[in-house]
Amino acid sequence: MLRQSWWKITGVLLLIYVFIAGFLIRVPNIGNLYETSRNLFFHVPMWTCQLVLISISMVYSILYLRKNDVKNDIFAVEFARTGTVFGALGLVTGAVWANYTWGAPWSNDPKQLGVAIALLIYLAYFVLRNSLSDIDKRGRIGAVYNIFAFSLYIPMVLILPRLVESLHPGGKGVDGNPGLGGKDLDPTMTKVFLPAMLGWILLSLWIATLRTRYKILEEKKLAI
Amino acid sequence: MKKICCTFFCMYLLLLSAACFAQNAEAPGDKPGMAVGMRANGKIYVVVAVVVTILSGLFLYLANLDKKIGKLEKELRTGSEKKGDLL
Repeated sequence: MLRQSWWKITGVLLLIYVFIAGFLIRVPNIGNLYETSRNLFFHVPMWTCQLVLISISMVYSILYLRKNDVKNDIFAVEFARTGTVFGALGLVTGAVWANYTWGAPWSNDPKQLGVAIALLIYLAYFVLRNSLSDIDKRGRIGAVYNIFAFSLYIPMVLILPRLVESLHPGGKGVDGNPGLGGKDLDPTMTKVFLPAMLGWILLSLWIATLRTRYKILEEKKLAI
Repeated sequence: MKKICCTFFCMYLLLLSAACFAQNAEAPGDKPGMAVGMRANGKIYVVVAVVVTILSGLFLYLANLDKKIGKLEKELRTGSEKKGDLL
């Protein structure tokens, strides 16, 4: 599965479609967004990618704790690492977008604060791992921490911002759906948004599996 | 692998023409409120071409990396098999 190319080609084709259609379709004129609503195809999937990657990472951490296989630990770390990269990209692109629509790159929006905290929690995961030299201990403590980090990410990013007033869609008293759009999303934009989601997720999985394969190779080389 | 690269490149060339079609579909007199700035002054397809070129380059690079890692994996696998034979 990791080495098969059909899903990689699918992801690449979807993204090429998204990058062409994303610039050329007509987008509805909402509020002061104007043409920036096209960012929906680029900024939002970063977060979906992060969510998918760290979910997989969390599952591998549980598997590691159950089976004690080093491979599972490598999967957990590398997926979390790629997820954090995508999260950082989402944070930066969000700041750029916010600068031109909300007036400032950082306005202490609940979602901005939530993801900042969540990203710091994940950065602490890598620091924690690097501070332990014993491989077994590093794997086990890292796995437990990773599960904890994931269970903090969900309320921080997905639940809390919907309960309080937020500039992001879906907050208290704000129209819109922060999920896949639902009926709120313009039908033309849906045709690009859903392929964008799938394409970006497949690309992020490709990058994460590449890193994982590289790390496993490194591990094997040490073992020989 | 070369075949995959070729397929990517052909798909990319095919899709480039799609950008031109999209531009034709826009009638010159038909300008709703959203056709301001970036779209109104036209030539957006230039940006699309640039973005798609960069994207294709990155994808090819990634495919190359995939190929290299796959090769190493294969080497290591055959290498360990040989060792097993000796033992």
